[in-house]
Amino acid sequence: MTASAAKPVLRVQDLAVTFTSVSGGVFSRKERQLRAVDGISFDLRPGETLGVVGESGSGKSTLARAILGLIPANRGRVQWMGEDLTGLDEEQLRQKRKQLQIVFQDPVASLNPRMTAGDIIAEPLWTFYPNMERLQVEERTRGMMKMVGLLPNQINRYPHEFSGGQCQRIGIARALVLNPRLLICDEPVSALDVSIQAQIINLMKSLQRKLGLALIFIAHDLSVVRYISDRVMVMYMGQAMEVSCKTSLYRRPLHPYSNALMKSVAVPDPRLARRLRQESWLTGDMPSPYQRPKGCIFHNRCPFKIKRCEADVPALRRMESGDWVACHRAEDLDLSI
Amino acid sequence: MALLDVTGLEVRFDTPEGVVKAVNGMDLSVAAGETLAIVGESGSGKSQLVMALLGLLAENGSASGSALFRGQDLMQMTPRELNGIRGKHIAMIFQDPMTSLNPYLTIEKQMVEVAMHHQGLARDEARAHAVEMLRAVRIPDPEERIRQYPHEYSGGMRQRVMIAIGLLCEPDLLIADEPTTALDVTVQAQITELVGELRQQRQMAIILITHDMAAVAEISDRIIVMYAGEAVETGSVEDIFYRPHHPYTRGLLASVPRLDRVSDEELQAIPGNPPNLQDLPSGCRFRDRCSQAMEECLQRPPLWTTGGGRTSRCFLPMEGGYIAAAEGPNEPGEPVETAEVRDASAAGPGDKRREGAA
Repeated sequence: MTASAAKPVLRVQDLAVTFTSVSGGVFSRKERQLRAVDGISFDLRPGETLGVVGESGSGKSTLARAILGLIPANRGRVQWMGEDLTGLDEEQLRQKRKQLQIVFQDPVASLNPRMTAGDIIAEPLWTFYPNMERLQVEERTRGMMKMVGLLPNQINRYPHEFSGGQCQRIGIARALVLNPRLLICDEPVSALDVSIQAQIINLMKSLQRKLGLALIFIAHDLSVVRYISDRVMVMYMGQAMEVSCKTSLYRRPLHPYSNALMKSVAVPDPRLARRLRQESWLTGDMPSPYQRPKGCIFHNRCPFKIKRCEADVPALRRMESGDWVACHRAEDLDLSI
Repeated sequence: MALLDVTGLEVRFDTPEGVVKAVNGMDLSVAAGETLAIVGESGSGKSQLVMALLGLLAENGSASGSALFRGQDLMQMTPRELNGIRGKHIAMIFQDPMTSLNPYLTIEKQMVEVAMHHQGLARDEARAHAVEMLRAVRIPDPEERIRQYPHEYSGGMRQRVMIAIGLLCEPDLLIADEPTTALDVTVQAQITELVGELRQQRQMAIILITHDMAAVAEISDRIIVMYAGEAVETGSVEDIFYRPHHPYTRGLLASVPRLDRVSDEELQAIPGNPPNLQDLPSGCRFRDRCSQAMEECLQRPPLWTTGGGRTSRCFLPMEGGYIAAAEGPNEPGEPVETAEVRDASAAGPGDKRREGAA
């Protein structure tokens, strides 16, 4: 989407995931469709970081899982190095996972409490390379621990002996032990204390540079992804509202929802915070996913809506700057920060 | 007189591994209508501090010290007496609105009961009052929505309901433990704005507990920064944000990712992890993570103050400050009478500075 010579490693086209929920008894059975991810497309180049931002229920975690094939997609394609992952069977997909890894939000809950840190990190090696020498595995595990800022002599400790930030480092080491080319981080810092958040963000950034990883970094907060992303996708109710390069997004967001998200971030400066508060906020909550608004999905909360927004769905379209936006009024709104 | 005046509060927990001191000698005061923020990371003791005040510690917990609320010591009260204070004069809202509401009861049932119990209202008066409170926290269509169950509300709306329940008895003090942490950013902003407005309208004192400096910048009057069970720095919101003294406070401020500054540089993280309360370093509890640690820090740092409730516990000299006589913050405006250092371990290197400064 941005002008760059390198060929994308990951190409996601019109990806959609729909969940069906069933309610009622045998005779009053009711099926409802929830469109969790609704036609997402983007390219990711080698070494590039895409930040994905949205509130809870925006579909960002479902998107991550659908890309990795952990949840089946209902529509669309995920191409990894030119190969369509959506057509692969389980075993083929499993082999691909050497290259595609994920780090989860809750660092403590996502680690098996009965395994030592070393075993957790080494497990992918045992799984994919069962014939690997024990010593070699241990050496690699210690190397990984060092790389993510853990002490190699902590190899035999259990997760409860580590703090939240250290557990997240274990999760990162495990994800990187197979040398993946793509790493997806699903809210990797939102469960951590502020001072530790900064440690993990800095670690991710340096690892990404060192290893040349393509990275998808998911967060609910625009201030967090800013430090690590090249481009940012803003999601709302399963759709992309805007995909912009970092500099233009934070200077002049194109979509009113991006603007609202930006203004909602708390500023650690009392005078500035009080001044910013004078400006109007986004009102209301995200509508129920079962009752999606017609037209633009954001129109009922948008302070800039016009008649057209209630009827026509705005397509995600490319602006002159090379950024993408799904808003009828993108040209005539100036949302400069 | 302050609405709430806490001195020398200690909280201990008996665990199989021994006694853990979660809060170590905290002093604080809240004036009527004032908003005090207590900021600290997990394990700093910020939540246990208020749980102790309200008699809500877990079974293996015990507290000592005094906590005068409108002149009465909360720490000396029987559970029955505390019940009369909680909900009626002091209300508390918690981080997760879903787990604080009973999923089996309608909002109406949960609110009306509180109003009838604490205020002795008749059922229909109580209901009218509940609807009025829901309107005050801007729940749309409160007459209808009061009949619904918690799961029919969104996260932000549930937190509004919790605030409405807290306000039912028009408390003098509202304690909010991470009220916005579980919410989405756009909703966080709405709730913060609501709390700020309610405080102005109702002249209610608020204690806000949070791990996020940014979240309290806008609505706090004063801030206490806690680390490993102690207050490391206290001051007005302007002091803490514009003139922070303690290296931990400065570190916390620097580690917040900011949108209002153009920067591609690395975030300033505080290295390391908070200490284990069972295995605290000697002297300054922050020294292992402090970029300015020096040899003196092996001893307990002195408590600096400039009066007016501004304090910092650090060996770095505080501009215009002198070493506090008492271990805690002083009443606003109250002069510090002696320059005696109560804690013997605070003497030593601090002594020399004290002579110069005082």
